Amino acid sequence: MSVEAVETGREPLEKPEVVYRHALPVRLTHWVNVLCLAILLMSGLQIFNAHTHLYFGNRSDPQNEVLSMRAVRGADGKPVGLTTIGTTTFHTTGVFGLSRGDDGQWEARGFPSWITLPSYRDLATGRRWHFFFAWLFVINGLAYLTYSLLSGHVRRDLSPTGRQLRNIGHDIVEHLRLRFPKGEEAKHYNVLQKLAYLAVIFVLLPLVVLTGMTMSPGLDAAFPFLVEIFGGRQSARTIHFLCATGIVLFVFVHVAMVLISGVWNNMRSMITGHYRIEPAE
Amino acid sequence: MDLKPKLSRRGFLTSLSAVSGSLLLGGCDQLSQSPTFRDILSKAEGVTQRVQRFVLSQKSMAREFSESDLSAHFKANGSTNVDDPSYETQAKSGFSNWRLKIDGLVTRPTTLSLDELRRLPSRTQITRHDCVEGWSAIGKWKGAQLGPLLQSVGLKPEARYLVFHCADELEAGSKYYESIDLIDAFHPQTILAYDMNDAALTIPHGAPIRLRVERQLGYKQAKYVMGIEAVSSLANIAGGNGGFWEDRGYEWYAGI
Repeated sequence: MSVEAVETGREPLEKPEVVYRHALPVRLTHWVNVLCLAILLMSGLQIFNAHTHLYFGNRSDPQNEVLSMRAVRGADGKPVGLTTIGTTTFHTTGVFGLSRGDDGQWEARGFPSWITLPSYRDLATGRRWHFFFAWLFVINGLAYLTYSLLSGHVRRDLSPTGRQLRNIGHDIVEHLRLRFPKGEEAKHYNVLQKLAYLAVIFVLLPLVVLTGMTMSPGLDAAFPFLVEIFGGRQSARTIHFLCATGIVLFVFVHVAMVLISGVWNNMRSMITGHYRIEPAE
Repeated sequence: MDLKPKLSRRGFLTSLSAVSGSLLLGGCDQLSQSPTFRDILSKAEGVTQRVQRFVLSQKSMAREFSESDLSAHFKANGSTNVDDPSYETQAKSGFSNWRLKIDGLVTRPTTLSLDELRRLPSRTQITRHDCVEGWSAIGKWKGAQLGPLLQSVGLKPEARYLVFHCADELEAGSKYYESIDLIDAFHPQTILAYDMNDAALTIPHGAPIRLRVERQLGYKQAKYVMGIEAVSSLANIAGGNGGFWEDRGYEWYAGI
């Protein structure tokens, strides 16, 4: 009897195959990216809190407002947090517009203190964090892209095959049933995974960088087309916020998938590179 | 498979997530206040400045808009008045007794009246004003170009920065001030604006003159400018960081 059988109390049916899934550059850039995105999100919300409105166009005109968070005094004299998206207003007391600060007191602020960096209101420091980690994020992203394109990682591991694309309907159904590929099929990413990763790597992350750059008056003078592409500096700010939301949604799904499809196996593969393939039934 | 590494790996991962969690939630506030860590974070400003200066030439202009793009309401931020009797007296007389003082490392220290300033080579530009808070407004500015004015007073070779001394105290006891280097000082869009939207600059917007440095954020556009001083270093002025907001943690290079 093997150690493993003693451990699990049953005879192993078939020895699980361990493959080397993630190369060192991928693992390294992945974790640097996790750190950068967490800090960029939290410091970004600190910056957002300095002006809790989003607009389209070049000017911050009230008539071009698409999102707004604010605190007002309710009918009973108590403050209320309000969030307006388009023309619909929601009561968001406690979360958006009005929330309790570190000291437990009600505070008029866009996002609550537990998700902003620093937790207290400090735009200057939020910007320091944001721009330091923005540079790290860009350098890390360029390192990843260079490696992935030159090593064939994109072509080999991330590009969906024709057969995968034809069977996408089947994959969606299997995913919704939370049934994940085993055996040979588990040795490469499934089609939904590939499309999600490609969308994040080649659309969402470049877009968040470009819209961030468009908010810079200096870079706008150097590259005037940036403002044109996004339809104005305030549009760029809105798209920057939407991209960040998209990244947060991706991370939620990504982490959920990691948890459901074998958290230790997944974590190990992103730390050591080794991934255990469950034998096919 | 051996049992031991599996457990320690699990332990490692658990402590890793615990450490990173507490680092993110609690530790970041402490890091934010640590002078050493703030110095590290501030390194990004130098990188940004160097990269932007590399991609920007003296010919790179901030975008100019048309009359139809003007903001219906241009928000007046920061100080909107000057709480000082001599300023109030000057304002009442339409700043006829006001004088702009230009001194420091210049060969011919000068004072200029508003009329004299209006007779200097001017530039009119409709530009977007980007506040560090995140909002933007479009305004039309007319003013004396700083470059030719500096040439006429003559900068000494050791002059590296221009400091703009203002009349307003945004915080009791500290007067507003700003500074730019010679690259921005000699940019054609850098003007001492006396008109806004075809009328004399109003008090909320910085009468009698405000600086326009169009490729940087709003806090560089100093209002209520009373004097311009050419200096070799910013270290000995107020907090030593080159501006009111800079002394409060904001970037001196506000191109982003």
